Order: sequence, then structure tokens, then C-alpha cells
Amino acid sequence: MFTMPQRLPRNPFASSPNTATAIPPSEKPTARRPSTSKANRLSQFFSSSPKSKEQQSAQAALLSAVAAQQQHLLNNPSPQISAPSLSLPTISLSTAKGGEANMDEPPTTLFQPPSVAEAKKQARIDAQFAPIGSQSHRYVSKHMGEEFPEPIMDEPPYYYLLTTYISYLVLIIFGHIRDFFGKRFRPEHYRHLKAANGYAALNSDFDNFYVRRLKMRIDDCFARPITGVPGRYITLMDRKTDDFNEHFQFTGTYTETLNMSSYNYLGFAQSEGPCADAVEEAIKKYGVSAASPRADVGTSDLALEVEDRIAKFVGKPAAMVFSMGFATNATSFPALVGKGCLIISDELNHASIRIGARLSGAMISSFKHNDMNDLEKKLREFISQGQPRTHRPWKKILIVVEGLYSMEGTMCNLPGLLKLKKRYKFHLFIDEAHSIGALGPRGRGVCDYFGIDPSEVDILMGTLTKSFGANGGYVAAEKHIIDKLRVTNAGTIYGESPAPPVLMQILSAVKIISGELVPGQGEERLQRIAFNSRYLRLGLKRLGYIVYGHDDSPIIPIVLYNPAKMPAFSHEMLRRKISVVIVGYPATPLISSRARFCVSAAHNKDDMDRLLAACDEIGNVLQLKFSTGVAGGAENLPDGVTPEMEKEWQKANGLQGVVKPPRWTLREIIANGVQDVKKPLR
Amino acid sequence: MEFQDAQRFVLRAIDEISHTFQKLPGSAMLIRYIQSSYQDDPVRSAIELILVIFFVRYLLAPSYSTHNGNFVTLSEEEIDDLVDEWIPEPLVAPQTSFEEAENEKLPVIIGPTGPKSKLSNGRTVTNLASYNFFNFVGNEQVKEKAIQTLRTYGVGPCGPPQFYGTQDVHMKTEADIASCLGTEGCIIYAQAFSTISSVIPAFCKRGDIIVADRAVNYAIRKGLQICRSTIRYYEHNDMEDLERVLQKIVKEQSKKPLTRRFIVTEGLSETVGDCVDLPKLVELKLRYKFRLMLDETWSFGVLGRTGRGLTEAQNVDASQVDMLVGSLAGPLCAGGGFCAGSTDVVEHQRISAASYTFSAALPAMLATTASETLNMLQTNPDILVQCRENIRAMRAQLDPRSDWVHCTSSPENPVMLLVLKPDVINSRRLSIEEQERILQECVDEALANGVLITRLKSMPVAPSSNGKDDEWKLQPALKVCITTGLSKKEIEKAGVTIRHAITKVLTRKTSSKLALPATS
Repeated sequence: MFTMPQRLPRNPFASSPNTATAIPPSEKPTARRPSTSKANRLSQFFSSSPKSKEQQSAQAALLSAVAAQQQHLLNNPSPQISAPSLSLPTISLSTAKGGEANMDEPPTTLFQPPSVAEAKKQARIDAQFAPIGSQSHRYVSKHMGEEFPEPIMDEPPYYYLLTTYISYLVLIIFGHIRDFFGKRFRPEHYRHLKAANGYAALNSDFDNFYVRRLKMRIDDCFARPITGVPGRYITLMDRKTDDFNEHFQFTGTYTETLNMSSYNYLGFAQSEGPCADAVEEAIKKYGVSAASPRADVGTSDLALEVEDRIAKFVGKPAAMVFSMGFATNATSFPALVGKGCLIISDELNHASIRIGARLSGAMISSFKHNDMNDLEKKLREFISQGQPRTHRPWKKILIVVEGLYSMEGTMCNLPGLLKLKKRYKFHLFIDEAHSIGALGPRGRGVCDYFGIDPSEVDILMGTLTKSFGANGGYVAAEKHIIDKLRVTNAGTIYGESPAPPVLMQILSAVKIISGELVPGQGEERLQRIAFNSRYLRLGLKRLGYIVYGHDDSPIIPIVLYNPAKMPAFSHEMLRRKISVVIVGYPATPLISSRARFCVSAAHNKDDMDRLLAACDEIGNVLQLKFSTGVAGGAENLPDGVTPEMEKEWQKANGLQGVVKPPRWTLREIIANGVQDVKKPLR
Repeated sequence: MEFQDAQRFVLRAIDEISHTFQKLPGSAMLIRYIQSSYQDDPVRSAIELILVIFFVRYLLAPSYSTHNGNFVTLSEEEIDDLVDEWIPEPLVAPQTSFEEAENEKLPVIIGPTGPKSKLSNGRTVTNLASYNFFNFVGNEQVKEKAIQTLRTYGVGPCGPPQFYGTQDVHMKTEADIASCLGTEGCIIYAQAFSTISSVIPAFCKRGDIIVADRAVNYAIRKGLQICRSTIRYYEHNDMEDLERVLQKIVKEQSKKPLTRRFIVTEGLSETVGDCVDLPKLVELKLRYKFRLMLDETWSFGVLGRTGRGLTEAQNVDASQVDMLVGSLAGPLCAGGGFCAGSTDVVEHQRISAASYTFSAALPAMLATTASETLNMLQTNPDILVQCRENIRAMRAQLDPRSDWVHCTSSPENPVMLLVLKPDVINSRRLSIEEQERILQECVDEALANGVLITRLKSMPVAPSSNGKDDEWKLQPALKVCITTGLSKKEIEKAGVTIRHAITKVLTRKTSSKLALPATS
């Protein structure tokens, strides 16, 4: 193991709060501002690469060189662009020397700046997918085989809970006061909420209150329009409001921000590279649309190939693809279960599952999030009681869980579920919308993560929107199930078939992940997201944030509690040019408003450090560092004490039961992060 | 002795309790209150006592269970036995022979789809089954635009519209559609099929009333099922029946509090193919104060001089339609759906329409393609004229000339639905399943002669849904989709092939009866 340089890495965040650069509206939004990335690249050239040469062992250097070569090959489909359009004297100098003795010495002093076009292109590529800082910034996402623990839910001091409730109370009271006067003095604003002219109100006044009086206050943090690729960076279209978020005007400027918001887990949101090239070919060959539902004539050789590849990828005999992930769930349940069947669904399941379940006509029940004891209790009761009133046995019971929960960052307890499945004979449906690609040593979702044979799960469903950078969803199962679904599923019969370019994006992404296309790159992407996720999670815990979810999850929610901290956090992040998602009631329980970071393989460690630095500052300003330490972020054990010896060591030092709130400094976090993420997080 | 002890203990306890009670602040007042109220009104004190007892019992009761009296208490061993005994059905039922055949016969297109498509068996056939009415799939300009978008935006937007998934191209497409229709606003969804299923429940809640056409398509039925409103049906495109239903509702509801009322129907019907009388519909909805949801999935991009849909074709202001739903995936050959309407209508959907809020946004290239094809229809309405000529040519070959089928589609609908004539059905006493089987044979026969057409596919509506309508059954039909990618000659030739195929199947002696399995 080599040691990391004990210094603050070059920090792009130091120069971050500069103002937005104006792009004339006439210009194409693609004309990116290359300054940050270019600076990155230059500084990398100057500082990091010679340093790594000094410190890395020969083998590591070789590894990195190979990877860099692959990266280069991948990123530059047309390497001719590096033609020496800029004929600097340095070039002729080096060629003039030409001595064999000099050749094997790396040119440490002579520097050839890239041409403008090349620099621009490289900046564009880097803005979509960051170059990896060091080969040590990798980790394999895998369950280590022990009991799968529930993440410990940390609680904030009661002060925060109390002020949260008071805040909502104040907001509601003010809302009613404003409504009272508004309805009298500005009736035109309440037009859609009042019966008029014999028509009932379009929206219910009561239902609309939350939207009108609470969400409207922070509406500028939602639905921020973007342009370009949502890759490592995301370009926001700046907007301002003169009437407190009722209307927005575009200022015509753009801000390139670090993208912690998109579900771009494996970084396939790219407009360059092998995927985009394949998609371009697909458009040329197939056109943009299949112009028919699958059950009519929308089935193409491409669609069948994608289905075959997806089935192989998730480890099931057959699969089918749909043009929308939401509709995949909404149409699959009616085809699987019906009257006389029972669906038991995790209470935090996605809306699409709820709608699909409701459409199916089966009875629906739910169990506490990830609580296997509660599920077992429910199962025993339902099986023994049978159908309500008639007490007939259930035709079948379908348990529906998600692989990775998008608001909590928790994974389903698959080993626990399978143990119950053996005993209670239910069918298991796993929605891998977020987990496919993002979890497991080979990116094949929760089964891969836990090392479980996919054949033990009846239905594996997932979306192609997230990890694959495409759109749509799939269902994978035994062949006879898929064959039946093809003729009984409304999505196949009436829904449009996925567009050929989208199918091609899926196909090439799957090929890259499984290592057929650009070998090594898929593995790099998988290991980078795993590293980034753990690194950021550990860093946030050490800063003192309350972080939800399991250690390997790339969804990292931090809890803010007070409603006013949602917009404050979002604005502070935006000031530092980082775009984050904030979520409040009703998507979360009333008190636990949160900000959510979605980590991607397109990020590198510098991006994570930039985010940690921002969180450090904002956490101080907004008083967000209130973790008690029970959920992790503890100090490292002193030298010579292994985790097994921890208990004894604590006893010897009289530290039993003492939990110190973690409040690490940024410097310590960055200095220790890379080694510590590779051990079990503490 | 023991008795005395107990007595002393009880007395002491009472003494202690009364002592502490008197020490409590306000206890004297409470005693005085009880005494005086008892003197004034002993019954009231009795009721109060009962209330206090009830309150204490309620507080002490274990959290109440939702089990009704029907709950059977079982011991753990009994439950274990029942668990062991329970044998669930397999996840899906085995395929029926018809379904198996359908899966096997599913045409697979190799390479691009187009007026002439290559199938997996190596044959190139005339494709009259794709919704490629204007041959936009093969259009180079559209492809060029899509590639440009790809190189700027990548493929997927990687997020739902509310979380950084809204791209400028989405806003442009929304503005393009709104300005083309002349509505205040527009919202685009990521899939056409789930658009209306989400729009309906976004507005219609429990207690609201929906009046729907009996023949509405499957997506609308799913929307009706999920929204929990009261649903009434009227006979397909029968404006008199609609008026009767509306009158009845207005009369029934006159004494009840005002609820939202909607009429839901289609512009061009997906299941019958005919066209609604929009001016009459608008007149009725205005007279009876209903809101109108019009599904223009099959008419937007098809009807009207420049393809703006039914509103243009029948000279109705689109703002008279409260929610106008359309598809970008059908005639426009892109992807996704839209709902146009007033600003209030559109903005409400952005947070309460499930398939907008909880789904990823439309890929950028599909949005720009929709803008592009829409623009092509606006600037070059000749392709619409050409398409209609082709429709006429095909119709001339089928509807008046065939003894067996007639076309229920409106004369401008490029999706021609051909149903068996009533006297054919009556004389042979054909059930729905038998008709489907016969039509499937027609499809196979046409394909054997090099013309690819399809059948209208039916789906059972889930039982126990509130949108249940047992009386209505979709009539099986052949589906022939016209395209401008073929010349009038080619269309006529294909029409002859289809007609001959139908005749051949129907004159074949009892073939369809023999092919039926006994159980169907």
C-alpha cells in the first residue's frame, strides 16, 4: 500500500464562488466554458502526474498507464485531432535532440500545451466524465457476508425536532393569513380553487395549500432547467423571479455546476465516446422511432438483441424492455396478479409500484420498511387468515421490494427475504430501478451485491434510465413468465416500443459494463462509483452530518430537519456551483427533510473533496453537524489496535459506551479518506 | 386477626389517598363542583361518571386492531400448519394456444422499419402496420437533427423533470405544441401510453363524476380505474345519449354539493376509428358545465389542414378543450405524449401527475424530433394531402368492394380498422374469439402474400375496477396503417392483396371452426 500525499489536493473549490459566465443567447449552449476543466487539466499535468511518478510503485504506474491509454482511446475516437497545429519550438527541440539516451527519460520539463481545439474537446469530455485521479480511488461494491445490518438511524437533539415543528406551524399560520387576505384582495390568484360559473374548482383548495404556501416558497430549488449533458457537471440555465417564484425569467446566462443530482450512476450520460458513436450509427440505420407497439410490428432485431443481453446481464433466462420505467411497473402488476391475490409491498416503495398494484385488482398490504420481522408477522397472519371474509386461501402472494431506495439510500435485505421465501412460498418481485448497475462487483444489482443466484428471485425489474444513461425499463424472469407477459402486458400491446437510439445506448452500455466493449472500462466505472460512494458517505459522517442509508449505496441523503434549511442548503450549494436535490414532505416524513447526493462514476475524488469542503462550510453556517456518533464517523483506532480488539481496548481505557460526536476537520478527512474507505466503515 | 389487619390497611390507604388528594391544588374545588352538580342534577353526574370510566378504559385499551369480527384466532402451531399446507398458484398461468401462436407469429423487423420492411424470415414485405404515416422514420432531416441533439445532450436526461431533468429542448417542444394548438401551455410526458392514464387521476378525485365514451381505449380505462371517481358511460359517439346522461347527472346532483365533472373521449377512436363531433361535444359540455378531456392520440398530427388535430379539422378553438392529450410517438414518429391546456391545468400536472413526477424525462432527441416533425407538418401540409389520397386509394379497394369486411374508421384516419360485416357474424354466429381467430388468419394470409398488417389487440380490463363496464366488448378488427412512403399504385396493389386474403380465409370451408380448441 502506498501512502497518499499528506497535503490538501489541488482544490477546484478554492476558486469556485466566481460569478456565472455569460454566454450570448445566440451561441449554442454547447459552447462550454472550459476554464475550470482546463485549469484542472493543466494543474494535473503540472502537479499530480510527476508526484505520482515519484510515489507510485512501478506496477501501479504501469496499471495507470494502461488505464490512461484505454481512457484516451475511449475518449478520443479521433486522435488525429492532436495534430501539431500549434508548432511550438519545443517540438522541434525535442525531435532535434532525438538521442536514444534521452528517449526513455520522461520529459519532465518540456511541456507542450494542447491546441485550443483539443483543449476544448478534452474539457468537454472531462465535464461529462472526470479523469480518475489515482488508481487507488477504486473499490469493489460487495456484501462481505456477515449479517446484513440495518443502518443505525441517528437522532438529532430534541431542539431541532421542536424547531422543525414550530417552523411548519409558523409556515401554516402565515399561509392561512396570506390566504385570508389574498382571497379577498387578489381573487384572480385563487381562480382555479373556487367554484365559478357553475363549474367546481379545478383543484381542491385544501390539497393545494401545501403547494401554494409551502412549496412555492422554495420553488426555485426544484425543476431547475438544464442544458447539455447531465454528466459530471450539469449546466443550469440561470433564472430569476420578481414575484416570489410564481414566474421565472431566464437571464440568458448559464452556470456549470458539479452534478450531484442526476441518476447517472455509471456516468453513461455522455455525448462522446463509444456509446454515443454507436447511437449515432443506430439513428442513421434505424431512424428515431420504431413507430409501432411491440405487439404489432415494433419488434426489431435490435430490441430482441437488447432483451437477450439484459437477460444475460441480470442472470435470468429472458427479459423484455419497455419505453418507460414507470409504465413498466404500472403495467406489469396487472399482468402478474389479480383478484384473489395479495401484494405485500414495502411501505417506502415507489409510486409506480403503488399504481401498478392498485391497477392489478389484488389486495394490497404493506410492511415496515426493510423490517423482516414485521413482514413475517404479516405473512403468518395473511396466510393463516386467507382472503378477507371468505377465508379462502390466497391464490398467490407477491412481495414487492426495491433493490435500493431512492430517498433513504437503503438496500433491501435480500438474504432475509429469501429466508422467508423458503418458508412462506411467496413470489418475490424486486424493483432494481436504482440498484442495477450501481451495486455489486459486476454491477448486476442486489443479487450480485449479496452474491445470490438471481434464479432465487422470481421477477427482477429495473430501469434503463439511470445507470445506462438511456430510458425505459425491463422485466427479467423465467422464459415462460416472460412469454406470458408479452401477450398479457398492456405496455407491450399498447405502449410505444423503445426508440432504436435508446436501445442502442442500452446495448452499448451493457457491453461496456460487462467488459466486451473497451475492456477494463466497465470495471473502472463500477469501482469508481463504489469508491466515491463510500468516500463521500464516510466524509459526511466524519464532518458530523446525519447520513441515511447503507454504506455501499450511491444515494446519500443527509437530513436537514428544519424546512427553511432546504432552500438555504440548496442556495448555498448553488453559490458554490454544486447542484443538489432537496426533498421534503410529502416525499419524506414531515420532519426529516433532506438533501440527497447521487454519486456517479463520472465524479472523481477531487469532486468529492470539493463537495465535502462545501458541506463543511455550509454545515457550520446552517448548523447541520449534529450527529451523535452512533451511526459512524468515529475516530480511527490507535495504531496496533485492530477492530477485533476494539472492545477490549475500550474496556482497558475506560471508554465503554462512550460515543463521541464526530467533528473531523476537512484536512483530516481528506488525508485519511482513501485508506479508510477500504476498511469497514466505522 | 387477618381480617382486622386488612381492614386497618384499607382504612389507612383510604386515609392516605384522601390526604394526598386534598393536598393537590384545586381538589377542594373539584369536590365542591361534584357535590353541587350532584345536588342540582344527579343524572348528569351519572353520565359524567360513565364518560370518565369510558375515557379511562379507552386510554388503557391496547391499540385497537383493524380486524373485524371475522378474524379467527389461531395458535402458533395451527398457523405453522396452515403455512405448510398453503400451495400458491404459479406466478403466471400457462399460455393458451392462441397466445402461444401469437408469440410465435410476432413479426420481427430486421433493420429499419419503413414502407418496405425486411422480416426475420428474410422476406421484404410491404409494411402497412407501422404508425409511420408520413414516413418520418426514414427522413434524413429528422435523423440529422437527432444526431445533433445526441452530440449536445447525450441520450437520457437521467432524472425526473422536477429534479434537474427538464432540459431546454423539453421546454421548446412544449412551447412549440402550445403555439401550434393555440393553448396557454403544454406539458410533455415520457411515454404516450401513460399520459392520459396519469392526466385523469391528476384532476379527477373521489366524488367527482366522469362521463366517458363506451369505446374508450385501454389507457383511458386505466386512468378511470385509478382515479376513484364515479364513472358513467354513454354509447360510442352518440351525442344524444351523451346529452341524456349529462341531463340525468345534472338532475341527480342538483341537490348535492358541486363536484368536478368531466367528459372523457377520444378524437379519433382507437378501437373503432371514427371521429367525434367536437362542436356538438363542446356545446354540450358548455351547456351542462362539464370539463372536457379529449384524447387526441390518434388525431393530433393527422387531422386538419396542417395536422393540428381535431380542433383544426372541425374549426374548434383548442382552448375550448380543457385537457387536450396527444401523442408524440404515433404520427409524429418521436416519443412521449403531451397534455395541452390552460396554465393552471398544465402547472397542476407538473406536481400531481404520477407519470410526470415519478418518471424520468423524455430523452432530448425524441423531444427535438417531435418539434422537427411537427414543424415539417406545419410548413409542408402537402404530405397530409398525399396521405389522405393514399387512404382513399386503399379504402376504394376494401370497403365497397369486399363482401366480408367494412371499414369503421373515419375517411381521414390513416389507421383503417376493418371489422367483419354484421351479416357475416350473424349468419355464422361468430363469437368474439372466433372473429379474432379468423382475423388473425387474414393477417397471416396477407403476410404470406407480402403485405404486413395487424389486428386490433384487446386486453381484458381488470376485474374489481371501478371503471368496469361489462356490457362493452371491443369488436375485433384488422388494422391497416397507410403511409406516404408508398405510391398510390403500391397502396392499391396492397389493398387488392388484403381483400383477396380476407376472401380466401372466409370462403375456406369451416377452417376457422376446426382450428378452434374445444375449450375456447
